[in-house]
Amino acid sequence: MRHIISILLENEPGALSRVVGLFSQRNYNIESLTVAPTEDHTLSRLTITTIGDDRKIEQITKHLNKLIDVVKLVDLTEGSHIERELMLLKVKATGAQRAEIKRTTDIFRGQIVDVTSTVYSIQLTGASDKLDSFLAAIGNASVLEVARTGVTGISRGEKVLSL
Amino acid sequence: MELLSGGEMLIRALHDEGVELLFGYPGGAALHIYDAIFNQDKVAHILVRHEQAATHAADGYARATGKPGVVLVTSGPGATNAITGIATAFMDSVPMVVISGQVDSSLIGSDAFQETDMVGVSRPIVKHSFMVQNAEDIPMVVKKAFHIATTGRPGPVVIDVPKDATDPARKFEYQYPSTVKMRSYSVPSKGHTGQIKKAVEILLAAKRPIIYAGGGVIQGNASELLTQFARKLGYPVTNTLMGLGAFPAPDKQFLGMLGMHGTYEANNAMHFSDVVLGIGVRFDDRVTNAVSKFCPGAKILHVDIDPASISKTVAADVPIVGSVTSVLEEMLELVAQADAKVDRKSLDLWWQQIEGWRAKQCLKVTPAENDVIKPQQVVESVYRVTGGEAYVSSDVGQHQMFAAQYYHFDKPRRWINSGGLGTMGFGFPAAMGVQLAFPDAISVCITGEGSIQMCIQELATCLQYGLPVKIVCLNNESLGMVRQWQDMQYGGRYSNSTYSESLPDFVKLVEAYGHVGVRIEKLSELDQKMTEAFALKDRLVFIDVAVDPSEHVYPMAIKGGSMKDMYLSKTERT
Ligand SMILES: Cc1ncc(C[n+]2csc(CCOP(=O)(O)OP(=O)(O)O)c2C)c(N)n1
Ligand SMILES: [Mg+2]
Repeated sequence: MRHIISILLENEPGALSRVVGLFSQRNYNIESLTVAPTEDHTLSRLTITTIGDDRKIEQITKHLNKLIDVVKLVDLTEGSHIERELMLLKVKATGAQRAEIKRTTDIFRGQIVDVTSTVYSIQLTGASDKLDSFLAAIGNASVLEVARTGVTGISRGEKVLSL
Repeated sequence: MELLSGGEMLIRALHDEGVELLFGYPGGAALHIYDAIFNQDKVAHILVRHEQAATHAADGYARATGKPGVVLVTSGPGATNAITGIATAFMDSVPMVVISGQVDSSLIGSDAFQETDMVGVSRPIVKHSFMVQNAEDIPMVVKKAFHIATTGRPGPVVIDVPKDATDPARKFEYQYPSTVKMRSYSVPSKGHTGQIKKAVEILLAAKRPIIYAGGGVIQGNASELLTQFARKLGYPVTNTLMGLGAFPAPDKQFLGMLGMHGTYEANNAMHFSDVVLGIGVRFDDRVTNAVSKFCPGAKILHVDIDPASISKTVAADVPIVGSVTSVLEEMLELVAQADAKVDRKSLDLWWQQIEGWRAKQCLKVTPAENDVIKPQQVVESVYRVTGGEAYVSSDVGQHQMFAAQYYHFDKPRRWINSGGLGTMGFGFPAAMGVQLAFPDAISVCITGEGSIQMCIQELATCLQYGLPVKIVCLNNESLGMVRQWQDMQYGGRYSNSTYSESLPDFVKLVEAYGHVGVRIEKLSELDQKMTEAFALKDRLVFIDVAVDPSEHVYPMAIKGGSMKDMYLSKTERT
């Protein structure tokens, strides 16, 4: 199963490489990884999506917790949560396609953020599968370039991941 | 407050941390630190002849004393040479702090002379590592490094120190922190009381129980508690390779080592048990054999300080995360209560069954003909001659297994071996570390002619510091353990495992290093010559014993089977 693990990490040199190294060292896979500083400048927040059965996920969270730089972590997929990913993409947009792409973008509540005579640059946010669906709807042929941020997430309700 | 340079602060901090011995080797990036060593007499430095040996010696020191081993090496090749020893310590959870010099911080990343990314290279084999960013951080970094290395599940910690941080021209106010607080590191101590109760209930209701105790019991200084606990219950006990000495081997309740080369009785008792209390163990693949066939009828109670060890390979029915000492204390209290009764009748039946397995005498040695010495007989001789009182370090191979099987350790921290990584070359430097920790004790290294050549240069270190280590070489003129596998799995095709023609004359070799060498070739001379060699109390003696090269280690687990599936000799299997 796919899991989203959110981590508060010491903002120390080498901390990120310990997390990433753990995954390759123990043969866990990383589907996506996002990282950025938090409101507390001594901490970064990392979100990793990974795939594995319960046993594997348990090992992953245990080993992550053992890393000295990991201050706190939560498996967001254990409870209800909000996940978002941002995608920027360039698509070929000429002739009749231009209207079609615009319409699809609207349906997915995306925005066209840059335009040339032949290319649209589109921005779209949502859960990863929504972005996948958009790509499928547009059709591979017209896609020129895709940049996705990877998943970030937060739990629903009053629970917070903080110190 | 005193003004000290970074290099001086480093050494002073080690002293304030209680460090008496440092194992190391100098080089450019570490020279400011070495100068700081020269100017004081509180921390002694042992100059080894290869950085790998520095780490193994520190490791042997740590395993024998329970105190952290400390290593100092230079950048680049000094640091990379230390890697094997760090990995060895990591696999066996040995507390160690390794200080490596690094190029000037302004040069980092420029492929400077002798620059290696030590923090990066060592990352997967350390508990944690630090790169000193500012000289003034040194005392706190040292404090944290020792705290991390020695608490929880112990392990090696690297401190990489750029040369400019140790500059003698820059002085700082020195104060060693008395406490350390790290928001991201806490040590589990007491186990969950409810879980402990549940485990004890299951344990008391067991009909065919077994206590499976490992290196964690030794690391956690819980051997005495374990012994009390096991005796109180009257249950059989087996130890892992790492746990030998955690329970006294001569005790009737002891079934010997379990696992790949474990005894017939220990492996059978595991397989047919209904409750396994695993304590300070990690259900290693060398123990379990095929996990799917592991202890099919048993409830698993697992106590360990590392949550990640629990249910990693074998799912625990009752997991208990906590220090073995505190958990055993609680368990002992519970079993001492009036209403706590073991099922005597079932236990008697269980012991009868176990005695049946024991009667097989799977470790009985059949003497060879023509005065040829069997390797097992050498270990038996060492055991007799040392009265079971020696610290025994070993290398890796058949001789290691024979040492584990035939030297009956009755105390913890006496058996010093690389169980997890299986590092040839470990034994001799480790025995030096032990000897430095306990100058008056007998420190023996049981080795093979293959392994000893991996750190043989340390003969010079032993001369320099007058270390009377006894090296007992079970010389079978081959990489015996490799050969054994080639016999069993590769139709006796000895690909690159023999070298009789090119072996050195070890007696002459050690004499060239200023030590004493003894060669033993006949069984009839074994005890006599061994006694004479050990009588040379203040000399290093290399005892080169010609042993039967065709001997295999048995029992041996049959790959892919359960724990009860074993070869018992070249011709017999279960
Ligand atoms: C550094 C290292 N290289 C290779 C091995 C693989 N290995 C395991 S046992 C062994 C043979 C050891 O030979 P020796 O020291 O003579 O011991 P024996 O088995 O003959 O008693 C080898 C090569 C190892 N454990 N460590
Ligand atoms: Mg050999």
